[in-house]
Amino acid sequence: MSQLVPVFVLSIFVVVFGIIIEIVANICSTAGKKTSTKLESYECGLPSDQSGPTRIPIKFYLTAILFILFDIEIIFMYPWALTYGDFISSGLGAYILGSMGFFLLVFIFGLFWEVKSKALEWE
Amino acid sequence: MGNDVFEITVNFIKMVVIFLMMVQLVPLLVWVERRACAYMQNRFGPNRVGPLGLTQLLADAVKFITKEEFAPGNGNKFMFYAAPVIALIPATLALNAIPLSIPINVASFEWLGHTWGPYIFKFQGYDFNIGIVFVLAVSSLAAYSLLLAGYGSANKFAMYGALRASAQTISYELAMGLSLVGILLLFNTFSFSEIVTAQSGPLSFYFFGKVITVASVPNWGIIYQPVGAVLLMAAMFAETNRLPFDLPEAEGELVAGYHTEYGGIKMNMFYIGEYGHMLVASALMVIFYFGGCTIYPWLTPDTVNAWFANYGGTTASILTAFVLFAVMMAKILFFLWFFVWVRWTLPRFRYDQLMDLGWKTMLPWALGNTIVTAVVIFIMRTKW
Repeated sequence: MSQLVPVFVLSIFVVVFGIIIEIVANICSTAGKKTSTKLESYECGLPSDQSGPTRIPIKFYLTAILFILFDIEIIFMYPWALTYGDFISSGLGAYILGSMGFFLLVFIFGLFWEVKSKALEWE
Repeated sequence: MGNDVFEITVNFIKMVVIFLMMVQLVPLLVWVERRACAYMQNRFGPNRVGPLGLTQLLADAVKFITKEEFAPGNGNKFMFYAAPVIALIPATLALNAIPLSIPINVASFEWLGHTWGPYIFKFQGYDFNIGIVFVLAVSSLAAYSLLLAGYGSANKFAMYGALRASAQTISYELAMGLSLVGILLLFNTFSFSEIVTAQSGPLSFYFFGKVITVASVPNWGIIYQPVGAVLLMAAMFAETNRLPFDLPEAEGELVAGYHTEYGGIKMNMFYIGEYGHMLVASALMVIFYFGGCTIYPWLTPDTVNAWFANYGGTTASILTAFVLFAVMMAKILFFLWFFVWVRWTLPRFRYDQLMDLGWKTMLPWALGNTIVTAVVIFIMRTKW
């Protein structure tokens, strides 16, 4: 935990730095009239006809879900890669390679199925 | 952060200096980018303000600060103002975890009637033994600032830009994470400094259980992992939202993407975040594949230290660290130039092509790279 102290200190420093820059910019900014046209959303020049929040294609949600699945599978490979050399030098190389081979088979099947089921098609 | 006042102060100043170095590199890089773009398109670029136009960006900074500050009327003001500040954090935290040179050994000395014990100052903000995982985790937080910017602006273009940016970032993170597994299999460590140490000697590898050493060739990762290096570089372009992957800010479709509603210094802070990310990406490429701060036959910690042998302990250590820091920066600057070079050479992808490249091309290639590396290492390191 004490290792993380510098990370927190640096984060606080950067946030304070950013806030000070914004305050300075607000003080130095040339004051203009705040007309209602200026505060509108930037669009094509016509008055905006948008009412309510922007609708989001479901595609992005699906991508995020698939990302979580695959990212967790990839994270499982990191400790394996870390200990791979030790396993080989202690003569258990075939065992560790075989176990990861089975895991990768599931991974590749998942990827293949995902491509086949057209979950990754963007039109 | 340290055991006494001196060590804590030095460590804090070190982190601040690395952060300010990142911030200061932005105007310089923007200048390089504009000049390079101008030369590639047979124009002059900024050349009026100061020698070679170098002070153009100072003039720009004054203009940025004096711009009128306002938030869009129907947006969320807090998110709108928070996003640029958050954009600074990921790159800073990641850059501070990367060793830019070898540690400095300071022998104990007398000062203010007090003996200050021997110190070892790492040439980085903080050194974790899980540095690689930390950098991957922190740098993917960049998606949050883009999402906040898009959501807080209450603008269609900004929202679509933010969505595209986050979908693209997470898709290429898979390929990026997987292309690093090859390097981890080779060096069996999560620590950056151990990876650099492993690459600072001559090329030596196992060949059917026997160690073979080739003198005068450095032990760089690129020799073992050329496919991984190409994949990591391509994924880094997508992670930093640079051309040819800059769909989040495709001018023809989305005006300026997630920072459509931003102007003045707030927009500039997004730029600091983006260029800071480029800096982190270049540093990672150098550390993993190009030997970090060393070039084996001539510039290794031992040979450089021998140049300064008659200056004595602390001075020699400081001079060595700074020479190796210059080597590291030279390599990083080459990759930063590469980012600029590619930007003005390649056209932009279409969004479906981008997603196809990430999921259907780079992910399988990274997977294949991992499998081949694992099998080859198994065959070569086992004593038959």
